[in-house]
Amino acid sequence: MPTVTMTVNGKAVTGEVEGRTLLVHFLRDKLHLTGTHVGCDTAQCGACTVHLNGKAIKSCNMLALQAEGAEITTIEGLAQNGTLHPMQEAFRDNHGLQCGFCTPGMVMAAVSLVKGKSNLSDDEIRHGLDGNICRCTGYHNIVKAVKAGAQAMGGK
Amino acid sequence: MPEGTGSATGIGASVKRKEDFRFLTGRGTYTDDINRPGQTYAYILRSPHASADIVKIDSAKAAKAPGVVAILTGADYDKGGLPCGWQIHSKDGSPMIEPPHFPLCKDKVRHVGDQVALIIAETYAQARDAAELIDVSYKETKPIVSLADADKPGAAQVWPEAKNNTCFDWHIGDKAAVDAAFAKAAHVTKIDIVNQRLIPNAMEPRAAIGDFDRATGEFTLYTTSQNPHVIRLLMGAFVLQIPESKLRVVAPDVGGGFGSKIFHYAEEALVTWAAGKVERPVKWTSDRSEAFLTDAHGRDQINHAELAMDKDGKFLALRVNTKANMGAYLSTFAPCVPTYLSATLLAGVYSTPAIYAEVKAIFTNTAVVDAYRGAGRPETTYLLERLVEKAARETGIDRVEIRRKNFIPVDAFPYQTPVALQYDSGDYFSTLDMALKTADWAGIDKRKADSKAKGKLRGIGISTYLEACGIAPSAVVGSLGARAGLYETGQIRVHPTGSVTVFTGTHSHGQGHETTFAQLVSDGLGIPIENVEVSHGDTNKIPFGMGTYGSRSLAVGGSAIVKAMDKIITKSKRIAAHLMEASVADVEFKNGVFTVVGTDKSVPFGTVALTAYVPHNYPITELEPGLEETAFYDPLNFTFPGGCHICEVEVDPDTGTVEVLKFTAVDDIGRVINPMIAEGQIHGGVAQGIGQALLEAAAYDEESGQLLTGSYMDYTMPRADNIPNITVGNHVTLCTHNPLGAKGVGEVGAIGSPPAVINAVLDALLPLGVKDITMPASPHRVWQAIQTAKKAAE
Ligand code: FES
Ligand code: FES
Repeated sequence: MPTVTMTVNGKAVTGEVEGRTLLVHFLRDKLHLTGTHVGCDTAQCGACTVHLNGKAIKSCNMLALQAEGAEITTIEGLAQNGTLHPMQEAFRDNHGLQCGFCTPGMVMAAVSLVKGKSNLSDDEIRHGLDGNICRCTGYHNIVKAVKAGAQAMGGK
Repeated sequence: MPEGTGSATGIGASVKRKEDFRFLTGRGTYTDDINRPGQTYAYILRSPHASADIVKIDSAKAAKAPGVVAILTGADYDKGGLPCGWQIHSKDGSPMIEPPHFPLCKDKVRHVGDQVALIIAETYAQARDAAELIDVSYKETKPIVSLADADKPGAAQVWPEAKNNTCFDWHIGDKAAVDAAFAKAAHVTKIDIVNQRLIPNAMEPRAAIGDFDRATGEFTLYTTSQNPHVIRLLMGAFVLQIPESKLRVVAPDVGGGFGSKIFHYAEEALVTWAAGKVERPVKWTSDRSEAFLTDAHGRDQINHAELAMDKDGKFLALRVNTKANMGAYLSTFAPCVPTYLSATLLAGVYSTPAIYAEVKAIFTNTAVVDAYRGAGRPETTYLLERLVEKAARETGIDRVEIRRKNFIPVDAFPYQTPVALQYDSGDYFSTLDMALKTADWAGIDKRKADSKAKGKLRGIGISTYLEACGIAPSAVVGSLGARAGLYETGQIRVHPTGSVTVFTGTHSHGQGHETTFAQLVSDGLGIPIENVEVSHGDTNKIPFGMGTYGSRSLAVGGSAIVKAMDKIITKSKRIAAHLMEASVADVEFKNGVFTVVGTDKSVPFGTVALTAYVPHNYPITELEPGLEETAFYDPLNFTFPGGCHICEVEVDPDTGTVEVLKFTAVDDIGRVINPMIAEGQIHGGVAQGIGQALLEAAAYDEESGQLLTGSYMDYTMPRADNIPNITVGNHVTLCTHNPLGAKGVGEVGAIGSPPAVINAVLDALLPLGVKDITMPASPHRVWQAIQTAKKAAE
């Protein structure tokens, strides 16, 4: 089996994978980072969203081997020293989650979406989150949360 | 139960959720996140045909594939079938047809996705690879797919014992009274509508792990369930014959349910059964494609309704004829959805004096259909509110006035409907008035003109609805065919140092019980909310429970917790009286402190808790040590939330695209514990209702029975840019028969909204002469309706 090496949440990791293993399964099954979820098999729902070299990607839509040498951040790597990232905090403050299943992907997508933009309109946020499905919240509070999170991040 | 103490974390406060930290940091533990030592993986080979005889299954090659542990088929399966939890009787008194439903098909497959073989291997990939080596020879037979045609003579038969594919032919109400009222009606409005089939699509696909302990002979099932005790009861008693004492069912964090995770599914039984056979844990996780094929679908009724009115537009009688799709088998609660959850709601918010409904349940070669958020009540609400709208147009009475004119008056409660239910409280006038004001109903003409100037068509639509939930009084549902009780349990364990664990038989899969129930108990016992933990979802921890559905968790589960809390306070008072050397009658409990009335003697709750476990100075001859109480609460009646939803849309006549501009929901959900959480429930429900009205539909190919909408590429889920901001209002009348005054909030959003959206679309299209539209009002359908109306006008 080939091996793959990448940096996940700041730590170098190496693992044996089958050629067909998806990045999301490498994260979940080999690294036990089960915060990244699988909600579909057609790259449509965004539950598996992580950051690859700083940008949101769907980790079900790429092979683990394709991430060779990449820097990956998963939801587990977002909070620093037990302090929630401002976007996580904003989701809690605005009740932007219910069952929590879409949430890791939603938060990772949101962080990437608002990078460099602290004042997004509702419409921009709604279009920007088009690749992430939430069945619980009706999106109303997610939009509020992303707005608040963007402001708290101050364009960073 | 008092109003609450007004504490910042008590009843009525929008406390931030306790569960959020773990979900936001990726520490939630969903079933697929659990792995057991020595675990194997299961893949299920499913039928590619809608209807076929299984001639032969050759798994010799697959059995030798790398990593394969076992391959099991219907021939190996020696246990029971999946039971149905509700029995309906037909008009003639005969019981419904209940065909067998084995978790692995024996000799025939009856829908695409039916279970044919279970492949167990060391890895999931190996199980899936091996499945491809299994050679199944099928003899295809003609399927019946169309609900409209399934009961016609000559239709293919799903089950030989169900003649004309009819499971039951049921009715309710007074036919003679209805016929008499129709005979003297000044006007009759008729409508034909379709409540299309939906696929619930909780974002977490179903999963199940069966585990078997060789030492004790105990089975454990981890499953994505809304009601672990119900699964234990059904699977243990009816399917696998495992006594409750040897079967533990755990439903850990569950990623949404919306009804689809109530039911006992084949895969739960299969992994548990197989774990006993291979003596290793067996894990199965559905992928989304399997979920589309095998999760219980929702809705799927076709209805014809007729409304008789007098010359002033007062409703005299209602007559309804419904065909409801059951799919190929009977799912756990399927028969009660079109009957006791649908037809009993036909009075709605109106004082219609006579109602008669007939419901035929039909088998087809499709996935099973069962409760989906609202379950029967959205179907009835859609029927009623489309009918009332049409009646307003036909009679020329204003559509708001016709509703107001027929509302059940505020002073008529308790109100007995002609279809079994007795409403305890409500005020439909206030929710209507609030909604009209919030939505600026009066200003619509100006907004219509603005849209027109841009070449768009604006419309506004209304729905005034009612639901029956808080499910349910056991004796009542028992008399209606339920095979279970529908009470709930609550247990409160006060620990020696004063922290508290609350055990609830309800289950949270997004509803925030860990917070709401902690608020209740923190308020009631006067202790900090941080000291209260809420535990749910494990049959080894919770005494018993019926789970979460039918908007019952607070009204029934919360009431059980209140009852248990009452018992804790009663016992604590006796301990406090002993400590303060006072008579129990003189002891008062408030804000976490026991006092003797008229003195300065007091003992805090923490001291009482410690004394209960360290009973050195204790009334030991009269009272047992310890402080833990359990209550079973059986509700006296259903609860009846209601309200008014108003939707405003803009239609692009060139493309048929409908944009929802505004949505206003003013609901009466009874007492609210956490307004933030309650609003969130309404947002989510409304989004699902907008999904039904404009986007979602499950479609099967009528010839082959193949599911045409089997992925997110074909089944249109509401996304962030399909849903507007939602304005939520609240006008409370308290439930009169539970200690909290709570009615329920989980389903109102999905019940009230679809007709508000469709009525808005029809209002927008009125100038073009469009009179009807079928859900979902997709751009294609709207565009076509516009073209047809244009042609007719030419
Ligand atoms: S799991 Fe990756 S998009 Fe759905
Ligand atoms: S919170 Fe449940 S799917 Fe988004």
